[in-house]
Amino acid sequence: MSNIPPIDPQSNEAATSVEVVENLEQAPSAIELKEVEGLSQGRIVLRRFLRHRGAMISSGVLIFVILLAYSAQGLHLPGIDTPGWWPYKFTDTGNVINGGVPSWKHPFGQDSLGRDMFAIVMRGCQQSLMIVAVVGIISTFIGVVVGALSGYFRGWIDTLLMRLTDVVIIIPLIVLTATLGRKYGASGALALALVLGLASWTGLARLVRGDVLGLREREFVDAARVAGASPWRIMFVHILPNAIGVIIVNSTLLMSATILVEAAISFLNFGVQLPDVSLGSVIGTYQAAFATRPWLFFWPAGFIVIIALTINFIGDGLRDAFDPRQKRQLNKAARRSAAAAREKAASAARAEKAATAQ
Amino acid sequence: MLTFLSRRLVASIIVLLLASYLVYILSANAGDPLAELRVGTAKNQEALIQMRAHQLHLDIPTPLRYFLWLGGILQGFVGHFTLGVNVQGEPVTGQIADAVVVTIQLIVASTILAIVFGILIGITTALRQYSGYDYTVTFLSFLFFSLPSFFIAVILKAYVGIAFNNYLADPHVAWWAYVILPLVSGGIWTGIIGGNARRRWMTFVIATLATLFAVVFVAVTNWLETPTLGAADILLVAIVAGGLAVLITALTTGLENRKSLYTALTTVAVGVALYFPFLAISDSLNLLSLLGLGVVAAAVGLLIGWLYAGYDRWQSARTGAIVAVVTGLVIVANRLMRSWHTYVEYVANGRPIATVGAVTPNLDDISTNFWIHSLDTFTHLLLPTISLCLISIASYSRYARANLLDVLNSDYIRTARAKGLNQRTIVMRHAFRNALIPLTTIVAFDIGSLLGGAIITETVFSWSGMGNLFNQALKVVDVNTLMGFFVVTAIAAIVFNFLADLAYSALDPRIRVTA
Repeated sequence: MSNIPPIDPQSNEAATSVEVVENLEQAPSAIELKEVEGLSQGRIVLRRFLRHRGAMISSGVLIFVILLAYSAQGLHLPGIDTPGWWPYKFTDTGNVINGGVPSWKHPFGQDSLGRDMFAIVMRGCQQSLMIVAVVGIISTFIGVVVGALSGYFRGWIDTLLMRLTDVVIIIPLIVLTATLGRKYGASGALALALVLGLASWTGLARLVRGDVLGLREREFVDAARVAGASPWRIMFVHILPNAIGVIIVNSTLLMSATILVEAAISFLNFGVQLPDVSLGSVIGTYQAAFATRPWLFFWPAGFIVIIALTINFIGDGLRDAFDPRQKRQLNKAARRSAAAAREKAASAARAEKAATAQ
Repeated sequence: MLTFLSRRLVASIIVLLLASYLVYILSANAGDPLAELRVGTAKNQEALIQMRAHQLHLDIPTPLRYFLWLGGILQGFVGHFTLGVNVQGEPVTGQIADAVVVTIQLIVASTILAIVFGILIGITTALRQYSGYDYTVTFLSFLFFSLPSFFIAVILKAYVGIAFNNYLADPHVAWWAYVILPLVSGGIWTGIIGGNARRRWMTFVIATLATLFAVVFVAVTNWLETPTLGAADILLVAIVAGGLAVLITALTTGLENRKSLYTALTTVAVGVALYFPFLAISDSLNLLSLLGLGVVAAAVGLLIGWLYAGYDRWQSARTGAIVAVVTGLVIVANRLMRSWHTYVEYVANGRPIATVGAVTPNLDDISTNFWIHSLDTFTHLLLPTISLCLISIASYSRYARANLLDVLNSDYIRTARAKGLNQRTIVMRHAFRNALIPLTTIVAFDIGSLLGGAIITETVFSWSGMGNLFNQALKVVDVNTLMGFFVVTAIAAIVFNFLADLAYSALDPRIRVTA
């Protein structure tokens, strides 16, 4: 580049604005360092998470959806059987009022058999949320164990477990889950959740392995080994708590992916089977009615989007909270107070200088 | 390198074998391939069941039947390659070949568009980090991550495809379109261009007025039904291509480089001069000759830049080549638009945007014109492509943004700023290229997995590609078809994964492939 064109004022201006952003980023992190002095790691994470506005709003919405779904249609577990406050059950058929258009009596409308859509959607939410939770627990457990073992022991255990992971990962997730769902979907939503959990642990296993590989070389692991701790103790008491950020963040993101995968295979009719419903199967059942009775489509789809979106935002908030290199711009109020604090410190320094000068 | 290749190959083959065994067992146990015959009412029901059971070797236990299937593949070494037969008794290989062609047609456009728009959005959001525009895009990409693909597909069908067709049936622009579209466009451009308050207002007013003008133009000329001005099209082509040429020059070499700018404008002038000759020969063209013309155009652009000489003539030559190809694309787009009215009237019966299938039935009987066929492919591809794109754009733009931010904060960018380079050179030449390296990995990996077909999208739009093949095969537990599907997708995934690694090490000299 022999021709360096004269710097035009515009690009100059853009360059300075980037620098300003950089300064802004560094300033709050310095302030934040001051703020977190003397707090435990858990408290710092919690505090950062509570400050993430999107994640907080999402948590509230998600809790509301969970409460709504389980209170409206009741909780049915072995030993617990509470009736819901909503007068209709999701299996009740009845007279179709006014073509099933949403009304005060049936706020989400009715399907062609006169079933109440609100009841169906709430039951669908219950099942979808249950599947998400079960898949989250199972695949997190398998992923963590596989990842920790192969990362810690390395050698042939690592090779074996990672090739096993490759074998599962090479089968597209939707293919694996649909094939499993084709067989187990009819055995109920819980069976479906169990097999989905057995299929979706691979990504987490790889990430945990990578983290453990790095952590096992650290001094505190050496110290534990010298003190005579067993490999299991080192793995689960010393190493994994340090990998908790990766684990929590990625299992959250895995759960938000699960709700979409479950919806997809139920949409293809390989998931939850009638008479039971999940959000995906409701849409799959009524998709042909979209043009004439859109409420059969929009309510369940809306709840899928709400659940997936809130879980995604919570995952984002957790990632920000756990990331120690996090350079997050504070919100306006915090920025103003940070600027005020800087100003105060500067004026205090000036005053001090003036005092010493005198 | 050779050790790396061979180790990789051996590991891949072992993984592939194990995975195929797993898939075989799972799919064979997924259900009963004879179910549809058992409930049937055919008189020769018993015989049919017998026949199918024999054809699919159902008398052999599944764990052993796999080796029969594997034997079919291994016979490829002696020239009898087979993937077995499906439940109807047809060979799987032919079915897969047809489906792969359809799927490739479906994913090429959407992948290219997703890359282009993903990178564009990623760059603009990275350069306007923490602005309102950035936050809006971030929220939207989270939203698109959270949308089930069938939701996007069904919405597009109803509110883009059918709504557009309805508009064409009664071309009347609603009053709110005059208000909302310009304001939204003004807001977006203000967000992207940024700057101080005065500049923001200027951008907002200009963008709003320009969009308002465009909407009025569309309404007055009934543009969506007859997108042509007759012979005056040449003016339109000149204006659009000229504008694009200036934009390309501004991004590649900067407008201060006069030689470059003149090259671009000369190239556009040559393109516009060839407009009518092109129209004259256009009916005898096909895809291949069109691509040939594209190459010729690039060569001409290169030559023009070269002839302008100057201190860095290759810079001008490169700009010339890009501008020549873009000008060609503008002219081709115009040629397509000239056929649009005919297509809408005579082929699509007034409802051009197709919501199902890959081609208008009996199209060859109606017309054999290349441009009509191209338009038909376009109208059928439009909605599935958009719905596949949106989700990829969301993820690519996030990656591009994160990478570019990472690069922009690195030391060598500070050095570049310190030696006085302007923002354009720093972003386009120093940062942009390096930010793209990690993206190649993700894109390659995505293409590998996309070849498995977009199962949901294909189902909603009734495309008979790989995804649909899988869906139908799983419904009737057609193990051989499922296995054929799996082999193709798994090999594609392995190959593209491998290519991604190679590309990464080729682009980033810090990374070396090791055994």
